[in-house]
Amino acid sequence: MTAAAVDTVVARMRRRGLACVVIGASAGGVEALVKLLPSLGDGRAFPVLVIVHLPPEEPNLLPDILGYHCRWPVREACQGETVAAGTVYIAPPGYHLYLERDHSFSFGLEAPVHFSRPSISVLIDSAAWVYRAELLAVLLTGANEDGADAMKAVQESGGFTVVQEPASADSPQMPQAALKLLEPDLVLELDEIARLLALLTSGDA
Amino acid sequence: MSSSDIVDIELELVLEAIYRRYHYDFRRYSRGSLRRRLQQAAERYELRSLSALQERLLHDPSFFGALLQYMTVPTTEFFRDPSYFLALRKQVIPILRTYPSLKVWVAGCSTGEEVYSLAMLFHEENLLSKTIFYATDINPESLEKARRGIYPLESIRRARDNYRLAGGRGSLTDYVTVAYNASSFKPELLRQAVFSDHSLATDQVFAEVHFVSCRNVLIYFDHELQNRALGLFHDSLVRQGFLGLGPKETLQFSSFKSAFETVNAPERIFRKVSV
Repeated sequence: MTAAAVDTVVARMRRRGLACVVIGASAGGVEALVKLLPSLGDGRAFPVLVIVHLPPEEPNLLPDILGYHCRWPVREACQGETVAAGTVYIAPPGYHLYLERDHSFSFGLEAPVHFSRPSISVLIDSAAWVYRAELLAVLLTGANEDGADAMKAVQESGGFTVVQEPASADSPQMPQAALKLLEPDLVLELDEIARLLALLTSGDA
Repeated sequence: MSSSDIVDIELELVLEAIYRRYHYDFRRYSRGSLRRRLQQAAERYELRSLSALQERLLHDPSFFGALLQYMTVPTTEFFRDPSYFLALRKQVIPILRTYPSLKVWVAGCSTGEEVYSLAMLFHEENLLSKTIFYATDINPESLEKARRGIYPLESIRRARDNYRLAGGRGSLTDYVTVAYNASSFKPELLRQAVFSDHSLATDQVFAEVHFVSCRNVLIYFDHELQNRALGLFHDSLVRQGFLGLGPKETLQFSSFKSAFETVNAPERIFRKVSV
């Protein structure tokens, strides 16, 4: 996709004003996020919610690993905590993560969705319900089909959707599953998604 | 008005209908998870909207019984989070041992796995015969399963590792009688437990207890209902009684932050401050 296409969509996002960005990833996701999160700049108008499929381990090291590569604070989401702009929240392993109307987190131990708990579909669908047109949902590399149906829900509620170009993904199945269900606003390689995030958080926005 | 605004209205009306018709109060439950589960139920019963679901539940009590299975989340297993049980053994049991008799409240006991896990732990610590477990839940089907104490043999087998990690000193199969691929807990465990219907949203304190274990229940409540539940636990506990919560549950955002002191932070074990 051309740089001009990215710039056009970014202009639309800025006009509307994003309230939240949610990023879902599975196999190969940690490596992808390590490349993506350094691009977050000084314009801290929204929170970034990150969900990666990982086996439940205590303590969860992902916030530290990703925090090392990111200027924004990176923390595991807490039950009942209100989401704050300029912070990256990581979904805790073992629980589904939901957003409430008052922009606080809630957790659930419902059965796995797409064989996953936390499920990317559950979080993105819940973010779409709360943020509607002011949401940007990004689906990255993964070896299953989690998240695809929720990307469709984001589009139906007027939000923005970006899917990683499957050929450039470590595991192409997850982005491919999304592309079967919807035509997203942008299909981008990882470095282009990084540039998109940099533009959205450039500080002069 | 968008379709998601309409779903919000329908969701509130469904919860109000359930409360007025059946006196189950889900109005202060977290909406994120509840909306998803009710929409799944609507889909499963081929109802085209939550309004259609509301009509059905108002006029068909048996449908409400089925819907309740969607509204409560029965995820549980024997010795779930074994480190919690290990911490109880090391930090709570030695103090509970000093009381002549004990009462334990397992709030939101679901299908009973946690109650029996605690009963086994108390047995191994020689406390079982002087302890009564009050196990409560709002879901009558779950309570019935818990009361029967019969589980697939497979679920006992699966718990072997957790049991060992929890500091278990015997063998899980010592506690059950096996027949036809099902295992039932022995009477000496069953007779120490009282199972009953109790709602943290609408009911009051019913006993003075030494230990409350309420794990992965508060995560489904909003702030106000969490505070109500914690208030019940606080009122129910003896001075310096213990409270155990789920691994992601905290007193930090509640009104009871200073009413309890922390015994074990990662295992979410607290103790009522004596005033």
